[in-house]
Amino acid sequence: MPEYLIVIAAGILAGTVSRLILLRSDYRQYPGYPHGYLSHLLLGFIAAALGAVAVPAVMVPEYTAVTFLALAATQFREIRDMERRTLESLERTELIKRGLDYIEGIARTFEARNYLVMATAFITSLATQFGGLPAGGVVAVITILLSRYLMSGDIIGNICDVAPARLSFDGPTLMVDEIGLINVGLKNMREEILKNGLAVKIKPKDGNARSIIHDMGQRKAIAFTAAVILGTKKDVDIPEYTPLVRKNSDTGEAGLYIMPVERDMEQLIAAVKLTPVLESASSKPLLAGSSTRKAKEKVE
Amino acid sequence: MQGEISNILAVVSLNQEVVSGGAPIFFARNEGELEKVAGYLSKILDAMVHDLGNGCYILVRH
Repeated sequence: MPEYLIVIAAGILAGTVSRLILLRSDYRQYPGYPHGYLSHLLLGFIAAALGAVAVPAVMVPEYTAVTFLALAATQFREIRDMERRTLESLERTELIKRGLDYIEGIARTFEARNYLVMATAFITSLATQFGGLPAGGVVAVITILLSRYLMSGDIIGNICDVAPARLSFDGPTLMVDEIGLINVGLKNMREEILKNGLAVKIKPKDGNARSIIHDMGQRKAIAFTAAVILGTKKDVDIPEYTPLVRKNSDTGEAGLYIMPVERDMEQLIAAVKLTPVLESASSKPLLAGSSTRKAKEKVE
Repeated sequence: MQGEISNILAVVSLNQEVVSGGAPIFFARNEGELEKVAGYLSKILDAMVHDLGNGCYILVRH
């Protein structure tokens, strides 16, 4: 029995460490609070235990014991629901909204990370079972690095160029370069915006990027990230200061306007570039080219 | 701000002839008063002021 104990312990340790590392890497998506960290760490521990126990269960052999993995899947779907509900209820009082797409993305990420933890624990305990503790250690490090690589999604900086842009008014319409954003009626607001506002232009590098920027949820996520990092002067009674992202319908480029607390252009560009590409916004119409051509040939 | 229902909460106008309808309408005597009334209403209603360009401001909650 002691050798199984080592196998299980190795799996649990590797899984929990991997959850801890993944929890640290997602600070931008989730403003951390100790209770949240604790509950996710504990859930990660449970996921790791489930993954680690699977190997000895097969070795004993207790094949039916593996069915509890199905239970684990249900359990982790609960986590997604829990995250979504928490963020949605917080959203109501949020001045700058994350947007439902962003929330869904975060919730899905939390679910997926638990599966990854389970896989890490399973593979590590498998390696420990057949190759001993040193092999288990090596495999654990590899799987943790691999899961970290797998879970780091794309960011806006990889698919778009971000450049400083000029704020101006065309009559009452607020413009970021040539993109019209919103009608601002009050003259003192216009002066204030010209004096303290910042703007950038987000230029997609290709068609895929253009379709991602086209997504409203993605644009909301960009505005949210910028507002979190630079702060915003917006308050309930100053809707004029809401950060906005609108696109030029001819070119697909987008303009972002924000009234930051910290008026730092470099920070703003960094914030926009660091915004994660949302799973729901991500699409690759350029790859669909060959299949649509085939469909077209069929029709013709 | 995006994707939600917007409502016209009030209209502030210099010109009696260009406005009528459901939302409360406030008339102003000059540009200065127009700005001032629209500004106060914006704070009271938590709404945004939009300029229609014909001496009419509307207050919209987004």
